This record gives sequence, C-alpha cells and structure tokens, in this order.
Amino acid sequence: MTPELGQIALILALLLALAQSILPIVGAWKNNSAMMAVARPAAFGQGFFVVMAFVLLVWAFLHFDFSVQYVADNSNLALPWYYRITAVWGAHEGSMLLWIFILNVWTLALALFSGQLPEAFAARVLGVLGIISVGFLAFILFTSDPFGRLIPMPPDGGDLNPVLQDPGMTFHPPVIYMGYVGFSVAFAFSIAALLGGELEQAWVRWARPWTNIAWAFLTCGIVAGSWWAYAELGWGGWWFWDPVENASFMPWLVGTALIHAQAVTEKRGSLRAWTILLSIFAFSLSLLGTFLVRSGVLTSVHSFASDPRRGLFILCFLIVVVGGSLLLYALRAPKVAGGKPFAVVSRESAILVGNLMFTVAAAMVLLGTLFPLIGDALNLGKISVGPPYFGLLFPLLMLPIVLLLPFGPYLRWGKGEPQILKRVMLRALLAAVACAIVAAFFVDGKLKAIAGVAAAVWVAVGVLLYVVKRWREMPRGRRYPAEMAGMLFAHAGVAIFLIGVLLSESLSATSDVRMAPGETKTIGGYDFRFDGVRETQGPNWRADQGTVTVTRDGKPVAVMQPQKRTYTREQIQTESAIYPGLTRDLYVALGEPMDKQHIDGAWALRLYYKPFIRWLWFGGLMMMLGGFVSACDRRFRIRRTAIVDVAEPMRTSVLAENRT
Amino acid sequence: MNPTRKRRLIVVLLVVAAATVAVGLGVFALQQNMNYLFTPSQVQSGAASNHKTFRLGGMVKAGSIQRSKTSLLATFTVVDADGAMPVEYTGILPDLFRDNQSVIATGHMDNAHFVATEVLAKHDETYMPKELKDAMAKAHKDKPMPEGSDAGGSP
Repeated sequence: MTPELGQIALILALLLALAQSILPIVGAWKNNSAMMAVARPAAFGQGFFVVMAFVLLVWAFLHFDFSVQYVADNSNLALPWYYRITAVWGAHEGSMLLWIFILNVWTLALALFSGQLPEAFAARVLGVLGIISVGFLAFILFTSDPFGRLIPMPPDGGDLNPVLQDPGMTFHPPVIYMGYVGFSVAFAFSIAALLGGELEQAWVRWARPWTNIAWAFLTCGIVAGSWWAYAELGWGGWWFWDPVENASFMPWLVGTALIHAQAVTEKRGSLRAWTILLSIFAFSLSLLGTFLVRSGVLTSVHSFASDPRRGLFILCFLIVVVGGSLLLYALRAPKVAGGKPFAVVSRESAILVGNLMFTVAAAMVLLGTLFPLIGDALNLGKISVGPPYFGLLFPLLMLPIVLLLPFGPYLRWGKGEPQILKRVMLRALLAAVACAIVAAFFVDGKLKAIAGVAAAVWVAVGVLLYVVKRWREMPRGRRYPAEMAGMLFAHAGVAIFLIGVLLSESLSATSDVRMAPGETKTIGGYDFRFDGVRETQGPNWRADQGTVTVTRDGKPVAVMQPQKRTYTREQIQTESAIYPGLTRDLYVALGEPMDKQHIDGAWALRLYYKPFIRWLWFGGLMMMLGGFVSACDRRFRIRRTAIVDVAEPMRTSVLAENRT
Repeated sequence: MNPTRKRRLIVVLLVVAAATVAVGLGVFALQQNMNYLFTPSQVQSGAASNHKTFRLGGMVKAGSIQRSKTSLLATFTVVDADGAMPVEYTGILPDLFRDNQSVIATGHMDNAHFVATEVLAKHDETYMPKELKDAMAKAHKDKPMPEGSDAGGSP
C-alpha cells in the first residue's frame, strides 16, 4: 500500500506545483493579488506531499519492502539500517526524488522567509521554482518512478553499490544537491527580475544570501566528494577530472563567479545583465550535472540508451529551461542593464577579471567533459579527453585569480588607489619570495612545491594585511561585518587549499609494491612492514584484511589495516587504511594476492606518503565557512522599513511595465 | 571617449583576449590529450598506427592472466570477436579485473604487444561500457548496433 500512497503523493505534488507555477506568475502579470496569494499555500502543500513521498520511500527501505522494485534493487536483509536510508539516493530514481525533496526544502524556506518581499516579486520567484518543480515531478512520474512494483516479490533484495557503503556517502549527495538545487533560488530571483523588468537592484541584495548558502553547500559537497574519492575509491587520488566530478565542479566555478558578480551588482548596480546571465548558467549547469551523473549518459558515454524516454525528456527539459531563460534574457536584459561606471583599476575590474577566468574555466571543463559526445556526434571515433588537458589549462586560468586575490579588499569600488596597492604588492611579494626561498631548502628544489608555498603566502599575507588594517582603522564592533569576515575566511581558505594541492601533488611518494609477510619498504622516511593478511567478517561483507606496521627510525607510528571486501553480490571493494596527520597522511591499500589460492602469501600493495593533503580539504571547508558567514550579514536581513523605500518605486515601475 | 564606452571597450578587449588565449590553449591541450578507443582487431588492421597513445578495449581472455613471481608485472590477452592483443602492465590491477571481464587499457604499442599505463575495469560486473560495446560491434560487423542510434540519429 505504501508505494501507491507515495505515487499518489507525487501526483498531488505535481498538481500543486502546476498551481504554484501558473497562477502566481499570471497574477503578478495581471496584478491580481488573489492569484499571487496562491503561491505560498501551493508551495506548502507541494512540500507536504513531496516530504510524504520521500518518507514513504525511506519507510519502504527500512521495512525491507522488496515488492518495490527500487528497494529490491538497492538493498538486502543484511544491509545495516543507516545504509538502507542512504540507499534511497543510491541510484537514479531515488536521487531524483532526493532532488525534488531538496528543491521543496528551499522553496519552503523561501516561502517562509519571503514575507517581506514585494508581493509581485515573491509571487514570481515562487512561480519560477514551481515551474522547475513541475519539470522534475513529471520526470519522476513519467520516466523514473521509484515506487514501481516488483511482482512476484523476491525473498531478498540485491545490494547497494558497495562504493556507496561508506559514512562519507551518507551526506555527500544530499549536501551536493543542496548546492545544485540552491542555485535554482538565484535563478528564480533572476528570472523574476527579468519578468518584472526590475529597475532597482534591490532584488540582488535579497538573492545574495541564498546564493551564498547554496554555494557554500556545493563547496562542502565537492569537498566531501573529493574526500570520498580519496578514502573510498581506494587509490589515494583526490581529484580525477572525471566527468562526474566535473559535473559538480562546473556549477561551482560559475557559482563562484556569480557570488562575486552579485556583490558588484548589489553595491554598484553594474554588471546587472551579467549577474543574471551567470545565475542562468549556474542553474543550467546544475541541471546538466544532475542529469549527466544520474541518467547514465556518462557511464555509457553517448547514449540515453537505458530508457530513450528519459533521455528525450531530459533534453526537452534542458532546452525549455536554458532556451526559455536565455530568450527571456535576450528580450529583457537591455532594460535592466545600467549602473555606475568604473575605472580600470577598481574592485569591479578585478572581480570582472576573476569572473572571466571562472567562466572560461567552466567552459573549458564543459568542453572537455562533453567532448566524447561531440566527437561521437561528428563521427570522429571513440574519444576520451585525458586529465592532462584539464591539468594544464585549469592552473593557467586560475593563476590570474590567485595573483589578484590579495588586492581585492584594498581596491575601492569605482576607482582604486595605486599607492596602497603598490604597498600591498611589495609586502606580499617580499613575504612570498622569502618563504619560497626558505621552503626551497625543504623540498629538494621541487618547483611546484616552491610555487605552492609562494602562492599561498602571497594570498595569505594579502588577507592578513587587510585584517590588520581593519583592526587598526575601524572602531570595535565595526571591524569585521559578517559579509567581510566571510570573504576573508574564504580567501584564507584559498591559501590553505593552495598549500594542500601543490605540496601534496609535488611531494607525495607512492609505491606499488609486491610484499611478502615480514617484508619492509621505506617511503618518505617511514618504514612500512607488511605482517600478512587474514580473513575477517562484516554485516554484509567478508574481507581479506592486511596488517601493516609503520615505524619511523625504529619508533612505532601506526598499525594500519587495509581491507579487500567482498560484498553479498560478489562485488569487490578496496578499503584503504589511512593514518592522518596535519603535515602528512600515510595511506595503505591492498591490491591483490600474488597467488589467489594463498592469501597468506605475498600481496600487491600501494603505499603512499602524502604531505599536507589534508590542507586542501581544510581550505575547501574554510571557503564553505566563508559562504555561510557572509550569508549571515545583517544587511541581507530584509526589514519592512527598508523594503518600503525600495519597493514603492519598483512597484510603480512594474505597474508602468504592465500597462505598456 | 566617454566612460561607458571606454568601459565597454575594456570589457570587450578583455573578453577577446581571454577567449583567444583560452581557445588556443584549449585546442592545443585537446590535441595532446585525445585518446581514441580501439579493439584488438582494429589495432591489428592498422587503425591505431597513427596514434602513439590510445585506449585498447576488449575482454580479458580466460586463462591468459599471468603474474610475475618477483615483481608486479602482469601479462594478459585482450580479445574481441576477431582479434587478440597481448598486454603488459606493471602495477595493481583493478578490483574487478578477471577472466572474461571487459576492460579498457590506456597505453602504447611496443612491437607486437601493448604496454598499458592504466587498466580500468568497471565497477559493475554486468556492465560493459557503451562505447566499448559499440567499438566491438563495429569491429565485428562493421556496422553499428541498433542501440547506437537511439540518442537521435547518430549513424
């Protein structure tokens, strides 16, 4: 019975989403308050039914309802309860349900906290979110039903993909979806602004905290994904330029550009059209990302073969959303453009350069990711684009951003003061060169590592100098408003991230070795002694577990136990053992036995010494923190009094618009 | 020039410069890093002779996997319907690497055998990469399988 209830809930949600999308937008156009007032109740209703459907699917998983195809495919009796919950988003259908669930969380939050927005604007925003909802609910109902029955009901189910059976996986997809879907709010604000022909830039201020929060979630999700690749996929890499990773990275790049462009638009009124365009791109890339990862377009490179209807639907939906919003943009953007002029040396210019680099980088990643599809369509053969393509282009594109970063806060809006910039440059440069020279003695002259230290110090000194300047010049309590504190956190995060990336990339020591029990290998000054492999058992897996004792100069450091697990359906999964540290990680993964009949004999092992690798995730988390802190700024809290001032001329402008 | 025009000019120049550099680098990097996929029979018929590095896709021939007694060197044979290619690889093989598993190896030819620098086997044992399936079908029949055209008319 529960699966049918879930289906009914989804159908009701679709109907309410239709109401939420059509009535308020028409109402805002006709200036009909009654129709606009439908937006919130419809959003609450839709939210209720989507949450109900989601809870019902969780319920089906928790109660082993194998009569539901999706449950039978992705769980079994031996799967622990927490992985049965995460199995909800372990495959395509459920992750689409998670997507719509999170979209409703955002919509509900917006419906609750938009009471102070002008009526017509709020109606349009909720209406646009409703349209997105309609698309996804229809997609789920017509092509990817998670509640489909399986008859006869099997006594036991299949298994959750073992790669997903990891604590990191419990929160990685929801967090990354919070980011993806969060960009729909920025998108909805932009579309609403275009629809209403908003002449004031106040709407950007209302959109900013939402965009910052979405961006922070996406940052967190990518960090978690990278960590998961490192720890779980087994082989110690943290970024592979794999299509699935790129899918989440493209919206992040555009989103990073967007949060900076929004700051310009809000403060100065410039770059309005660009800000709108970026929010359209950010959301479009989020959509593309969701579909690329989950529809099977990428794993089976070019085909939408698993279900042609699914592919067609996705294509149509993308065309409607991207094409429709770009068309609206082309028609309306000239009306909303404007703003104050700025000099070449100004904060606007610096942000613009950064924006260009981020968007070009996103385009570069997009080209590399979709190139196999393009090559296939043009009959060039079966092509894949190797990681060196990204590895070469990406750092080059990010270099100007790193170089500009220390100046950002010092640059004034409109026109910067060259003397101050020169002073900052001199200090940061001196510090960077000094640290690089000191570092050169420790890293055996490895250029990448030296560059890493120099770049990180360059950025860090820039941030620190500004912190000191504010501390000296501003009275207590007004030194670091949340918006600025967030910026400083995020920029400091960049410095930490640079250390992590460049030092771990250049100084890591790896070795794939054949080791017999009792044998010792030395990597990065640590002695790894292999003590053999024995069998062990888990709830739904058995494993060969190796023991590696690590010592340094004869002193014990760690005992590490990497595993090679075999899950119920004979899927094999490598569980690496990591001994973490602030300045280095030690990492051991089991390869395979040299003789399959004698697992107590020699094995292939991968040993890693990875200096400073943790810093790159820590840097990422700092950026995330920056996003959240910025969003808390008091300026973003909409107060009734503040609204009335800006809302009045805007409403009249909207009215004037409607009359013409 | 008035400030608006000047600003626009700067923006346009920046965009053009960035785009030129990006396109130039992008084309260069793409050319360096495009890896084509071939099956053993295609390689034997000389299709891969223009490519230094390419990807070899096919099935691991049953009973062909051999491990060295002293190092991590592994040798095995990758086959498709009409061809076979001996492969050498030094390192840890993926978890799902076994007889009759579909694999994609990246590497280059050294005389008559293929030296792989990377070997991939998919994480799902029932799954064969679509592009590999297509390539094998193409090599076998020299005409695409029906599924090849469902994305909307690719030949």
